[in-house]
Amino acid sequence: MKQPKDRRFAIANREARIGVVLAIIHFIWWFGFAYGLGGENPGEYTYILGFPAWFFYSCIVGFVIIVLLVVACVKWIFVDVPLDEEGEQR
Amino acid sequence: MNITVTIVLFLFLCIIFAVGFWASKSVQTSESFLQEYFLGGRQLGGFILAMTMTATYGSASSFIGGPGLAYNQGLGWVLLAMSQVVTGYFVLMVLGKRFAIIARKYNAITLIDFLKVRYNNNKWVVLLGAFTIVVFLFSAMAAQWVGGARLIESLTGLSYTSALFLFAIAVLVYVVIGGFKAVALTDTVQGVVMFFGTLILLIATIIAGGGVNNIMEDLVRLNPNMITPYGANGDLSPAYVSSFWILVGVGVVGLPHVTVRAMSYKSSKAMHRAIIIGTIVVGVIMLNMHLVGVFAKPILPNIDNADMVMPTIAQHVLPPWLAGIVLAAPMAAIMSTVDSLLLIVSSAIVKDVYINYVNPSATNEKIKKLSFGVTATLGILVFLFALQPPELLIWLNLYAFGGLEAAFIWPVVLGLYWSKGNQYGAIASMVTGIVSYVVVDVFYSSSLPVHPVVLPVVLTFVVYVLVSLSTNPKQAHL
Repeated sequence: MKQPKDRRFAIANREARIGVVLAIIHFIWWFGFAYGLGGENPGEYTYILGFPAWFFYSCIVGFVIIVLLVVACVKWIFVDVPLDEEGEQR
Repeated sequence: MNITVTIVLFLFLCIIFAVGFWASKSVQTSESFLQEYFLGGRQLGGFILAMTMTATYGSASSFIGGPGLAYNQGLGWVLLAMSQVVTGYFVLMVLGKRFAIIARKYNAITLIDFLKVRYNNNKWVVLLGAFTIVVFLFSAMAAQWVGGARLIESLTGLSYTSALFLFAIAVLVYVVIGGFKAVALTDTVQGVVMFFGTLILLIATIIAGGGVNNIMEDLVRLNPNMITPYGANGDLSPAYVSSFWILVGVGVVGLPHVTVRAMSYKSSKAMHRAIIIGTIVVGVIMLNMHLVGVFAKPILPNIDNADMVMPTIAQHVLPPWLAGIVLAAPMAAIMSTVDSLLLIVSSAIVKDVYINYVNPSATNEKIKKLSFGVTATLGILVFLFALQPPELLIWLNLYAFGGLEAAFIWPVVLGLYWSKGNQYGAIASMVTGIVSYVVVDVFYSSSLPVHPVVLPVVLTFVVYVLVSLSTNPKQAHL
């Protein structure tokens, strides 16, 4: 398949890479806190707002952080492009 | 069982019905019937796009099976469920603008349309793809209908058959007459109900349990493993839980009813908004829903049927009218999934097979009649299948989705980003995906440390790349 040299595809490719990088950061955060802090004996858990610390950081803080990262990427890095054919001529 | 709950649920069905009916007007007046009926004329805005994507993922498994498993497994299952948050941004970012632009250029209305043009009009890519969609999504649909009917049955006391009938009518009418736009708009209403329903239920459950601190102490007393990431019996290994990042996380990029939404939005602004809204909504719904399941344990420790956890706790902690509204949420989750599945299976038959290979010169009027007819017939068939309900709702459902992911993920993603991928790679990868998933699931699932979907996804990648490279003529173009 020929891929047209289209400025829009350069933008799209960069944004797709951002999606992959975000997912990797997200996974590392989620995994790291869950099994890093949650691996010990439940009797020795510390609690934050009632939740075990591993769960609080992995699932609650992790979710908030990923939302902030997504918002930041979309606001500052993502670019508006036309999606239909006329877009190519610009 | 409970008359107030029944009335509220019935009202909810009426509202959905009205929204779907209202949306069907644009199908009647549209110039291009196919594009309107199966893709909503590519005119979705950001909010509706986010809601229809979220509502389409969030199915009976997350609303009925999910809380039930969280109830039995504890926080480890909430951790697992949170792997779904990635879908909120990943699908739209990775398929992204490139997919939207190319789909427009190809004039693609279905995922198969995209694959068809991308893989040089290869007949086997199209037929294999359409066949896979029909078989797997039909079975997923049947499982969802069973879930919907069981829910109505348990809430209203109607017989299973009448509950199924009520559910079928509610979904069928608006999908058949309204197509994609009716599906997207009703998904939006359903998504809003899911969002607030789970929020209300979580708050009420925390209050009923005497606060989070109290609930955690009770859980530790019941079984300390409930608050670890390893599940109630310590059998949720990190590898197993992480593999759900593929099954219900990034792998979702290969599901046809999800990818078709990534070509339905009207502008890049709409897509940007949908990424943000979708991530927030899917995270809030998943967190709330599964926490409700865990928190229900100390409040009502003796629920035997895991599927009844969510309805039982809602009726226990909420006044009946509010329980009715909250219980409309799982109804909404199921309806918003089956409506999309119904339409995608119908599009595979009408657009991908009939128009491509049976009657390419069919008139607009004929296509219109056929689309209504096929969608209605499929609905009736699912109804008949669901009369003899298969067991283990969540696994049947996940089985179908895993198979589709294994079949489509690389032909879609590499087809989009890797110019050397070709039709032979795609066909080999689809066949390998389906066959290896079934083989692994049937023979090796108990000996694997991860979910069976992981192996086929890795294997299909290798097959796609190797077959594409070995069949590619030497002058590889970039």
